[in-house]
Amino acid sequence: MDYIVEVSGVKKSFKEVHAVKGVDLCITPGEFVGLLGPNGAGKTTLVEMIEGLQLPDEGVIRIAGQTWKSNQRELHKLIGLSLQETKFMDRLTVFETIQLFASFYDLDTNRVNEVIELVELQEKRKAYVNNLSGGQRQRLAMGIALLNKPLILLLDEPTTGLDPHARRGIWTLLKNLKEEKKTSLILTTHYMDEAEFLCDRIIIMDQGNILADNTLSNLLLKYNGARNLDELFINMTGRHLYD
Amino acid sequence: MNNIFNHQLYRLVVAHIKEIIREPAVLFWGIGFPILMAWGLGIAFTTKKEMSREIAVIHSTGSDSIQNSVLSNILEHYPGKQKGDYYLPLINEKMGNVNLTFHECSIQDAHILLKRGTISLIVEVRNRKLYYYFDPANSEAQLLYQLVKGVVYNGPGYYSAHQDEIKPLTVSGTRYIDFLIPGLLAMGIMMSSSWGISYTLIDRRSKKLLRRMVATPMKRSNLLIALISARSCMNFVEALLLFLFAWLYFGIHIQGSIPALFLLFFAGNIAFAGISVLISSHTSNPEIGNGLINAVVTPMMVVSGIFFSYQHFPEWTIPFIRNLPLTMLADAARSVFNEGAGIMQIWKEALFLAMTGFVTFILGLRIFKWY
Repeated sequence: MDYIVEVSGVKKSFKEVHAVKGVDLCITPGEFVGLLGPNGAGKTTLVEMIEGLQLPDEGVIRIAGQTWKSNQRELHKLIGLSLQETKFMDRLTVFETIQLFASFYDLDTNRVNEVIELVELQEKRKAYVNNLSGGQRQRLAMGIALLNKPLILLLDEPTTGLDPHARRGIWTLLKNLKEEKKTSLILTTHYMDEAEFLCDRIIIMDQGNILADNTLSNLLLKYNGARNLDELFINMTGRHLYD
Repeated sequence: MNNIFNHQLYRLVVAHIKEIIREPAVLFWGIGFPILMAWGLGIAFTTKKEMSREIAVIHSTGSDSIQNSVLSNILEHYPGKQKGDYYLPLINEKMGNVNLTFHECSIQDAHILLKRGTISLIVEVRNRKLYYYFDPANSEAQLLYQLVKGVVYNGPGYYSAHQDEIKPLTVSGTRYIDFLIPGLLAMGIMMSSSWGISYTLIDRRSKKLLRRMVATPMKRSNLLIALISARSCMNFVEALLLFLFAWLYFGIHIQGSIPALFLLFFAGNIAFAGISVLISSHTSNPEIGNGLINAVVTPMMVVSGIFFSYQHFPEWTIPFIRNLPLTMLADAARSVFNEGAGIMQIWKEALFLAMTGFVTFILGLRIFKWY
């Protein structure tokens, strides 16, 4: 089977801290995966390695069959990314911000307009970024992440701090993307309902290891009595998922 | 679409320029403030005007009063508005008039006036003799002492005598404003680059924007080149407006070669852009960034002779000061403005500045943290 993301035997340490201790995982094209775990579980380090920002100390990461070494420019074109609380240039308009990022992918104004429509920011097209609400900013970040029609979308807590209406807007956007089955998603989130709503598979990490990797229904079945992800984590470790 | 207007470097330069010009505070501090400073300092030090100086006179009662001293011959004819004050106008058309006000006061009051900067000279009458108290390191106080002593022993006419000996200089480029403007242009490049490049990079790192940008196929060098280019364009506009103001208001002229001035401007931008990249290479904390930028620019601003000549500093410091990038840029700019220098006279300074920029830029890049 061809995987869009293959992580095998990956380890990463920072001085004495072993952030990721030998992780294996594979993601198929179009699959939506939720990456959950408490703070310090190694989620961010793993995502940064998949994203090419960090190099693993051991193990291999392949994106669409290629490693990051000497393929950076090509692989960046395959990935879309939205970080938690990224702030764009305050005094650029929504259009100008997306146009700037579009130029990094050699995309023209037509694609900029498509993305503005996709994230429903038509009315804010000429608004400065610093005049957008939290939800609008996150939609802008999502639009930029989707500019290049990525094969892999990495979202780091995309709805943290948003009101329920804005969260629902982001979910709808991602649900529509899922139906197209062209993009794989790796989602880190603190919201269990978000992972449950969007993800085909849940990967639970703790202390640099993957504790569980399965569909939500299989996981709940395996750990009897768990009604949600938090209870699942308690049954696994005796601790809450998000203390 | 691969046209130039959609090229990432072009888009980055445009984005940075828009960021700058859409921020009113940047326009004020970058353009308005240097012009205001040039105007204020130019007016203060260029226009001939009446000068007022105050002197404290202290004495014991009785035989040590002013009336029993050599001062009385001078001051008794010049009572001031308040009791115990004497107002002595000294006339000199060429040097400008000086109005001396002598205050009779106690030693305690004199010290308070001294601490407030109201006076710089105290005259004590003791046993009919005069004693002068002042800080010998204060050139202003020294000159006042010489003036008061001259007036006391020779009368008020001393100051206005022999005016025909004085030949006011009319040589172009010798006014204070001629000294000041090239220094302000150099300082403008340093300040604008330091804050515009260093602070912007630190701020964008702290907001994770750099991290977001390097997760795209954007060439990292393009981001820095664009930021430096946009800042250099703004520096050029700021310098041009300051020069236009100085030319129209104070009649400043460039006596030397304009291509030499462009070369210096270019080299100065390279130097301070490189230094700025080095300053901002590591930290993502804007407060630490503030401190780092201030630690680099403030000493140069103080010692590099922007407002007053650095020749007043101790002799052993002068070679060091002369080799600071800001001093080198300001001195070379002054030689073009006021001494008629051309490219042959300033190429070494331009080369040194450019080399400083390249070396610091490469050092900065080697340790640059993108996220």
